[in-house]
Amino acid sequence: MHKTRDLLGHVYMTAFLIYLLVPLLVMGGAAFNDSKLPTIVPWVGFTDRWFIDLWNDTRVWIAFRNTILVALGVVALAVPIGTAGAILINSISGRWRATLYGLMVAPILIPGVVIGISTLLFWNNFNVGAGLHLSVLGQVSYIASFVMLLVLARLQSFDAGLEEAALDLGASHSQVMRRILLPHLYPAIGAGAAIAFFQSIENFNVTLFTRGGQDTLTVYVFSKVRSGITPTINALALLLILFTLGLAIWWELTRRRKARIEAARAAEARRAEEAMA
Amino acid sequence: MHDMFKRYGTGLTTMILLVTAFWILILLILPNLTMFESSFRPYLPVTEVGGPRDVYSFANYGRILGAHTDLSVLGITFEVPVRVKVFILTIYYSAVVTLITFALAYPLAYYLAKIVSPKSLPTLFLLLFVPLWVSEILRSFAWFIILAFKGPLNVALMSLGIIDSEIRWIAGFSPVIIGLVYTYVLFMLFPLYNSMQSLDSNQIEAAEDLGSPWWRTHWRVILPHAKPGIASGAVMVFMLSAGSLLVPSLLGSTTSGWFTQTIQGVMLEEADWNTGAAFAFLLLIVCTLFVSLMMRVFGVRLSDIAK
Repeated sequence: MHKTRDLLGHVYMTAFLIYLLVPLLVMGGAAFNDSKLPTIVPWVGFTDRWFIDLWNDTRVWIAFRNTILVALGVVALAVPIGTAGAILINSISGRWRATLYGLMVAPILIPGVVIGISTLLFWNNFNVGAGLHLSVLGQVSYIASFVMLLVLARLQSFDAGLEEAALDLGASHSQVMRRILLPHLYPAIGAGAAIAFFQSIENFNVTLFTRGGQDTLTVYVFSKVRSGITPTINALALLLILFTLGLAIWWELTRRRKARIEAARAAEARRAEEAMA
Repeated sequence: MHDMFKRYGTGLTTMILLVTAFWILILLILPNLTMFESSFRPYLPVTEVGGPRDVYSFANYGRILGAHTDLSVLGITFEVPVRVKVFILTIYYSAVVTLITFALAYPLAYYLAKIVSPKSLPTLFLLLFVPLWVSEILRSFAWFIILAFKGPLNVALMSLGIIDSEIRWIAGFSPVIIGLVYTYVLFMLFPLYNSMQSLDSNQIEAAEDLGSPWWRTHWRVILPHAKPGIASGAVMVFMLSAGSLLVPSLLGSTTSGWFTQTIQGVMLEEADWNTGAAFAFLLLIVCTLFVSLMMRVFGVRLSDIAK
């Protein structure tokens, strides 16, 4: 009976992966089709002209630069904000903690449209007009929540006794922070920075309302799809997917290498123990 | 709090407090309060702001009751304002999307948590993660290509002899639903997987040994255990769907208005920020109500959802 179940499971898993990945292949494939419209049927012939068009499109380059600038700005703000929030949450308790935690998590659940509009209206009161700086602030307001959650999870495994020991041994407050707490948090901070970067690149809703006429890549693609669409968008999409794929594979390989080193160390330790005994 | 001063000193603690206050107050609470306040004020030329006509009213909220249209529910036709209809349909179809993603993701989450050999998990997750890292706009663009009138789906179905002539996929709400399900199904899968993974497999075996048929094992053992995951997944998918602007704009047609598109039209085309604020606030209320409903139905707390 379990055999049928397992078989069904394998079939379903495969079908699901096909469902997830084939649309991306179709989109990537259309980048090489010599047809004015982005499609893979009918296949007119192989071409690289869409990539050349993309390269020569100055608007794409500006949008690309803006996207990276915004993403860097978001990382620079969201990482310290999220980390500070997590440290604060971790050191208080009771009713305040619950309220503060709720406030910090809520932005993840607020629709991007609402964040965009509220940011735009708020800064408009101070005569700060729309532009990429507002996109950064709007995005930080919810991306910091992701960083906070990651750092908070990491803080659970932190032994506060280490800080006390350091203080007893005469370390200064900033030394406790720099040499004990932060090093323990680095993996979470790194992951938070990566997530903040990608979330920012992907963002559309907040950016659309706060950008004030400036393009980012998502806004650019959006405007292209609505007005005259050409396969240059597919060329761009393919490059972005390959970039993502490259990062994902690099991540997986690093993880596997680490796992192998860990396993080798464990084996070494076992051998050493056996030799002692 | 006292503990923080002891550990990190006055300077560092003050900095941590200030940074957090900047986030919570300047980036979150005050902007939302501003939006709330502006939603009650009329849309006036700059010179008249603060003048005698600048008074609070519900007029902006009233604008949702503009032009009328027909809405059929269970065969009965009502006359309702266009924007109210769009608002209701957005909520309704977001709920539909949530249900579909649950139906798709549940077996898969169970498979990943309990059936597949742990060795192949990292590779499977890597493959599942790839589309997640590809941005939302490209994922809906992919379906824009696939569902085109002369596109790959129609060509494939026709060459297989399943259909005789092309189907116009980009019409009504179906393409929007297809796009939303594709874009957000993983936000249902991962929370479900996380909650099922913590279930002790012995409980399932015990149920089976005691003669429970497979459906009862799921209904009485696995589903109850997966509650936090279901709540979390449902909240994420519903919010993302109701708040999505890309997918309905790319895959929608004139017959499939989404409430975010209404907001966008008011904000960016009419440049009426006050009415935009009112509509955005309505969307926020719906989402808040949905989260509270899910938390109550599934008996979970916010910290369970945010995991």
